[in-house]
Amino acid sequence: MSALLVAEQLHKTYGTTTALTGADLAVHAGEIVSVMGPSGSGKSTLLHCAAGLTAPDGGLVTYAGQDLFALGDVKRSAVRRREFGFVFQFGQLVPELTALQNVALPLRLDGVARRVAERRAAGLMDRLGLAEKAPARPGELSGGQQQRVAVARALVTGPKVIFADEPTGALDSVTGEQVMDLLTDAARATGAAVVLVTHDARVAAYADRGVVVRDGRSSSRAGVR
Amino acid sequence: MTIATAFLALLEDRPQHGYDLKRAYDQHFGSDRPLHYGQVYTTLAKLLKNGLVTVDGTDGEGGPDRKRYTITEAGVTDVQRWLAAPEKPDQYLQSALYAKVIGALLTGRSAADVLDVQREEHLVAMRELTRRKRAGDLADRLICDHALFHLEADLRWLEHTTTVLDELAGQVRR
Repeated sequence: MSALLVAEQLHKTYGTTTALTGADLAVHAGEIVSVMGPSGSGKSTLLHCAAGLTAPDGGLVTYAGQDLFALGDVKRSAVRRREFGFVFQFGQLVPELTALQNVALPLRLDGVARRVAERRAAGLMDRLGLAEKAPARPGELSGGQQQRVAVARALVTGPKVIFADEPTGALDSVTGEQVMDLLTDAARATGAAVVLVTHDARVAAYADRGVVVRDGRSSSRAGVR
Repeated sequence: MTIATAFLALLEDRPQHGYDLKRAYDQHFGSDRPLHYGQVYTTLAKLLKNGLVTVDGTDGEGGPDRKRYTITEAGVTDVQRWLAAPEKPDQYLQSALYAKVIGALLTGRSAADVLDVQREEHLVAMRELTRRKRAGDLADRLICDHALFHLEADLRWLEHTTTVLDELAGQVRR
């Protein structure tokens, strides 16, 4: 079976700092892949490039057979909005919006009417056990609750791939496990693949397989070939 | 902890038959190694001989399963002594992983490969434990967590050693 998302031989430099020197990553539909590596290894840059957020200086990112960076900005943004979900280390919820409005936001940005978007968001939050947090603003939620809302936001469009960058990095170990349980259970239930960047081996152990990034390159187990 | 000590702790909770002791032991202490009945009755015979338990009743026909065992004062003292004495922390100074790294460096093979292969093996074990943990109850989760934290410590050592391999190679070949 061919991979859903393939990043091949990615190179990326920021000023004088080299982040990627030929990194690879392949993700099949529905699988959970961890990307581990020491800090500064390039693992977050690999995620940003694979997700179409940052253009690599060299190499190729293919999603569902199409070259992601050959698409124009508008089309690539549409792929990101509809096909990808994102969870970051700090929930990055919009503080002025309620949890429900935050979860509905990706749908609203994609042009879905407010009532429809919020109804879908409410249904999802209910299924994820977050219904009672819907009216709260992020400032009224604990770090773990915010991150669970962020997971719901990542899932609301029914993405094919969820990119999670240190999703438990700001949480204690028990809360982190609850977030990982929620994220991986929901991904399995919906068939979404997950790219899980983490420096924490116990978080990486939630994945089906792992890729190690060191000095901007992936281990031979990146699964591209 | 010996089987005898575990039995004493279970009997301090309440008097029990041999069959119930086996079941309680398997649930709380057995993990992947359930007791054989032979071990149950050998252990009880030893505890009886040492005066740490007594038989306080026999039901029905009086076969080995029908005796009810009770802990004695001497048995309670044994439990107290066991719980009061801290376990000696493992020193972890005889590391098979370290030996392999040195072996690779001495023979001119790739120590980085040794560490990579070991890392993957550890991660496979951690994934398996995580699956088991998620399917289990709180007792299972805590038992798996204990193993996961130890494997994580090994992985941190593997990662740390990877970063100083060049320096270590220089010292080994000097």
